[in-house]
Amino acid sequence: MKIVIASGKGGTGKTTLAVNLAVALADHESVGLLDCDVEEPNCHLYLKPSFEALEPVGTAIPVIDKETCTSCGLCARACEFHALVALPGAPLLLPELCHACGVCTYVCPERAISEIDREIGRIGDGEVGGLYFRWGRLHVGEARSTPVIRAVKDLSQAPAIDTCIIDAPPGVACPAVETLRGADFAVLVTEPTPFGLHDLKLAVETVRMMDIPFGVVVNRAGIDDSRVDTFCRQESITVLLEIPDSRPIAEACSRGDVFSATDAPFASLLRTFASDLRVRVGNLETHQVMAP
Amino acid sequence: MKLAITATGPELSSLIDQRFGRARYLLIVDTPERTAVVIDNLAGMNAAQGAGIQAAQSVIDNQAEAIITGHCGPKAFRALKAAGIDVYLAPEGTVADAIDRFDAGELKLAPAADVDGHW
Repeated sequence: MKIVIASGKGGTGKTTLAVNLAVALADHESVGLLDCDVEEPNCHLYLKPSFEALEPVGTAIPVIDKETCTSCGLCARACEFHALVALPGAPLLLPELCHACGVCTYVCPERAISEIDREIGRIGDGEVGGLYFRWGRLHVGEARSTPVIRAVKDLSQAPAIDTCIIDAPPGVACPAVETLRGADFAVLVTEPTPFGLHDLKLAVETVRMMDIPFGVVVNRAGIDDSRVDTFCRQESITVLLEIPDSRPIAEACSRGDVFSATDAPFASLLRTFASDLRVRVGNLETHQVMAP
Repeated sequence: MKLAITATGPELSSLIDQRFGRARYLLIVDTPERTAVVIDNLAGMNAAQGAGIQAAQSVIDNQAEAIITGHCGPKAFRALKAAGIDVYLAPEGTVADAIDRFDAGELKLAPAADVDGHW
């Protein structure tokens, strides 16, 4: 089963929850933790793996043969992303705008365009802390993270895993949607502030549109008002867990501690959450199989 | 000489539009006759992305030799430079004023993009 830890707002505690949830589940089954927040991966700060993200991830970009090109401009006009500019000579390529769709190669009547791979990021994987951990890093200055996210989510070379916990990037734009795609369940982490509520609404809209079952975790519960609770009640959304606003938890996070494996006061609550979530998502899968 | 000038309206008396890619109009002006072809850039103004590149493509397709605008971002500048088109910055005034100042050699030639993308 694949469980994505997502949020609208950044900094609500996705990574903290994802790592602690994965470690708690790993006591009973084989667990994979995928850090898909490739623009700012952070899971490794908790897990401290010995391996780096080293394997290159590329995306195709066009190469134009200046000898064959007749400057007809068809490629630039066909490009939806304005990555090509028609000039009196061969067209100019703006590689950071290219979405690797291949339409320029397709429309070129002279077959002057071929494609090569351009490295935009790197991924790494291995065993750490009783988990299979896989993560990616987008290179600085690159605009499009989805190919790296797809590479992190590609488990074709990974060992067999019962449960996959996927740490999503914040927001509800392409990177978050790419991460959520194919999920069996989404955990939306929020905080009880006007900002948290505003972005939670966007996240709820997104997972509903993608038809992904979900529940909400309220982090730092008690710091502000009850509007998140009211919203969840009105919308019949299950609040799976409330993490209290607590200095010991904040201190553990700032040290990079994984507290679900310890006897910290909050650890047992988190382990209960982990086993409840496993049952909840397992039941969903059973229902899906039994549906006609 | 053909100049491409960004404008907030379709007349030579219109103000220079400070934006390049998201300018309301693009005036292609022949000098010294001062006859203008008006390009409505509403699509570029509201484009989700690539507005600067699209405007640069219009300038190139209309065979302008230089542009006069308020500010020019990095991608548009790269495209214009590749086409050998000079970028002049005019921070205020009307299109007609800008042409006067261009003719008098008072406008500054931009050596590089003067703003980041999406400024």
